[in-house]
Amino acid sequence: MHTIAWLILGLPLLSATCIHLGFKRNQGLSTIIATSSALITLILSLVLLGNGKDTSTAFTWVGAMGEHFKGIEIGLRIDQLSRGMLIVVTGVGFLVHLFSLTYMKDDRAKARYFCGLSLFMFSMTGIVLASNFIMMFIFWELVGLSSYLLIGHWYQKPSAADASKKAFLTNRIGDFGFMIGILMLWGITGTVTFSELELWSATPAPFNATFLGIALLCVFAGAVGKSAQAPLHVWLPDAMEGPTPVSALIHAATMVAAGVYMLARFFTSVDLEIIAFAPQTIAWIGGVTSLLAALMATQQDDIKKILAYSTLSQLGYMVMAVGLLNAQAGVFHLFTHAWFKALLFLGSGAVIYACHHEQNIWKMGGLRKKMPLTFLTFTIGTLALMGFPLTAGFFSKEQILEAALHQSTPLFVIATIVATLTTFYMGRLLLVAFLGENRSENSHHAKEVGALMLIPLVTLSVLAIISGYPFVASALSPLYEQVGFHFGPAFWASLTALVVGGGFAFTFYRNAETDPLKDKKIALVFRNKFYVDELYAQIVRFGQDCVAAIVHFIDELLIGGLIVGGCSRAAEGIGKLFGRLQSGNLHGYATLFGLGVILLIYITVFVP
Amino acid sequence: MASLNDYLLVSGLLFAIGLAGVIIRSNIIVIFMCLELMLAAASLTLVAFSRFNVSSNGLPDYDGQVFVFFIITVAAAEVAVGLAIIVALYRARQTINVEDLTSMRG
Amino acid sequence: MDQFLFYLFGFLALAGGLLLVGFRNPVSSALSMVVSFIGLAGLFIGLNAYFVGIVQILVYAGAIMVLFIFIIMLLDLNNEKPFQFRSATILGGLAIPILFAIQILGVIQKGPTEHSEKFPPITEETLQQAADGFALKSDGELLPASEQTAIYRSLAHQDSPKLPDTNLIGETIFKHYNMPLQIMGVLLLVATVGVVVLSKRSSKNANTQN
Repeated sequence: MHTIAWLILGLPLLSATCIHLGFKRNQGLSTIIATSSALITLILSLVLLGNGKDTSTAFTWVGAMGEHFKGIEIGLRIDQLSRGMLIVVTGVGFLVHLFSLTYMKDDRAKARYFCGLSLFMFSMTGIVLASNFIMMFIFWELVGLSSYLLIGHWYQKPSAADASKKAFLTNRIGDFGFMIGILMLWGITGTVTFSELELWSATPAPFNATFLGIALLCVFAGAVGKSAQAPLHVWLPDAMEGPTPVSALIHAATMVAAGVYMLARFFTSVDLEIIAFAPQTIAWIGGVTSLLAALMATQQDDIKKILAYSTLSQLGYMVMAVGLLNAQAGVFHLFTHAWFKALLFLGSGAVIYACHHEQNIWKMGGLRKKMPLTFLTFTIGTLALMGFPLTAGFFSKEQILEAALHQSTPLFVIATIVATLTTFYMGRLLLVAFLGENRSENSHHAKEVGALMLIPLVTLSVLAIISGYPFVASALSPLYEQVGFHFGPAFWASLTALVVGGGFAFTFYRNAETDPLKDKKIALVFRNKFYVDELYAQIVRFGQDCVAAIVHFIDELLIGGLIVGGCSRAAEGIGKLFGRLQSGNLHGYATLFGLGVILLIYITVFVP
Repeated sequence: MASLNDYLLVSGLLFAIGLAGVIIRSNIIVIFMCLELMLAAASLTLVAFSRFNVSSNGLPDYDGQVFVFFIITVAAAEVAVGLAIIVALYRARQTINVEDLTSMRG
Repeated sequence: MDQFLFYLFGFLALAGGLLLVGFRNPVSSALSMVVSFIGLAGLFIGLNAYFVGIVQILVYAGAIMVLFIFIIMLLDLNNEKPFQFRSATILGGLAIPILFAIQILGVIQKGPTEHSEKFPPITEETLQQAADGFALKSDGELLPASEQTAIYRSLAHQDSPKLPDTNLIGETIFKHYNMPLQIMGVLLLVATVGVVVLSKRSSKNANTQN
């Protein structure tokens, strides 16, 4: 069992190392190595799923020193949460590898791409299997690095290079809070290992609840960065500069879900009763993010940007669920969301590929007839995202709405509004991109994509339908609690959202040539993402100017003028002063002589 | 006969006069002469002390006068060499006014 | 009488010094210096230092001052212009010696009280006593007449015995300070050589004044 887990962790690392060190030039071989490593890890994860025991293994990395420091270990924790997440990661990972075989066929740096993918698989698996916070943090950073490398895959494009830098920096801000949170937690509880945290929270020593709440918020900061919650959401839309399979894998299914996963780990390790005010904050941040993202998505024209904002919005749902102390609902939604969001992204990748890298939906249209199978899978994904009954999304969204309903009515209202908006913009996407007439040359010449691309799409669409049902979910989902299905307010609310949103979308965008709403003032605000990026740019510039001014002052005036200049001027002045003693004037010398003699006599004779 | 203090006073005043001359005058030769005056004042002190220190057989202690003898000898040698230097200086600079000889300035 | 002579020669020495500093003409300064040395010699003789007094006249006034006057005449100097003195120089030149003189007064006053007593005169008994000391052999016996030194004879056997201070100085030098005396000889040699070297003209500027 443990060997399997270590293999799952180590195989992608091996593949990345081999490709990087050896096979950069041999593109075909690198592709095969990476894809086969993904396949093997998937198979191993399924095997791991079969053994239903919870177990963990570790080896000591830093030994214990003194009586308070018990050491840091590197270990793997295999339980329901990590097994399910492993299925998601390796499953989506393998399908994305498969998709990339065709999508990146003409790319010149395929080896670097697949090396990055393998590195990412390694890092994500590390997060999933981590047994303590420190190890998770290490792999957290590694995942950020892989994201940077993959977003900036086409680094010759300045926008891609900037986007990858932005992603990394924004993540880093979150990670700073994460580290502080881990350290605070360590200070309060004395341990960072999850199993020991469980033990601690069963019989906690006296502690300050406020501190624990603050520690939780700091840890949550890491999730804010990684899962792109407000205010650190700015990097996710820009991250669409990377290749579409990367967006599917990292920015839809797995990496952004890592934040939620980490929170779920935390909440299943620590008894929730003892935490004070932090979960409320978390839930509200999640709710606000999902609302803002949904609003911004209604006016975007790039197909990938729409899907990116949709991801933001759904992540907000998950975080809200976790904040409402229903981690099972959040993780269940993560599970189902992974499938249908990956499906949507890969579908959009197929569309982009077919339309010769055209990404503006107003330049597509009529693709239903040109790419029927893609259209079918895309529709299934859309329905799942909207929460159409009988799809996976319906069940998971239902659970979240129930949780919101029972705990906080404002959040329930927000969640329903977000569901309406989701239906609205996804309907807009579907109607504009696939239905209607061809609006450009590229879409006119589009044709169905090859088999290697269709297989992942079909697999994912099947999963998007069935993964909500209990027989699948209880087996595969990381956390699942089977709730009885009943026709409560949540059901009616989601149904209403579906109908209302769909109706609006149909009204506005059926057979539309351009966006009818785009000239309204509020639409402009949505389109410009609430001007958050501009605000951040101003803040950064202001901060840099201040720091530069201070440094300039210190350097020029203090160090340059006062210290360096002062030393030289002092030396010069003293030198000049003593230079005046040497006047070349005999009278002067004689006078000084006489003065010296008088002084000498005075000191030796008259001073007692 | 005067007391020792009187002789010391005369010697001290003579020395002060010589010092004044060194500081005030700007002719090198006159400055040199004032220097010799100072030496002479010192030798007066020595002789006075030698006369004052009466040894066991009633005679003065002649060490001081021996010292004066040496001082006179050294003064003679010094004057010779110093005047030779002044002559060489005059040949080089055509002046013996101290205020014109300031090339060691700075 | 002694007191009057002391005051006379003392005044002579000081006046000569003042005139030396005050005269503008360097020859006048040199001559007033001679006067000062004469006064000094008088003071020496008053202190029973006959040899040193005569040597002072001979060497200082006779040789050294003559040398000075030679050089002044050689360089054919003009008078110093009267307003060449800078006020700062004069101020310093007056203040420092005055301070020095005040300090000398202070030092003298701090001295022990014996210094204000008069010198014990040298009488005949003193000389007789000293003579006995010179006529003794090392074991306390009197020397025979043929071996009596000149010091003894001058101290003891004259009608008016006087102080043979030349002999005594000679005895002190050659018995106790012989080494410095030899070094003095070397010093004089070095000075002579130095003067010759310094006065040498380099062959380039052969046509300057002689």
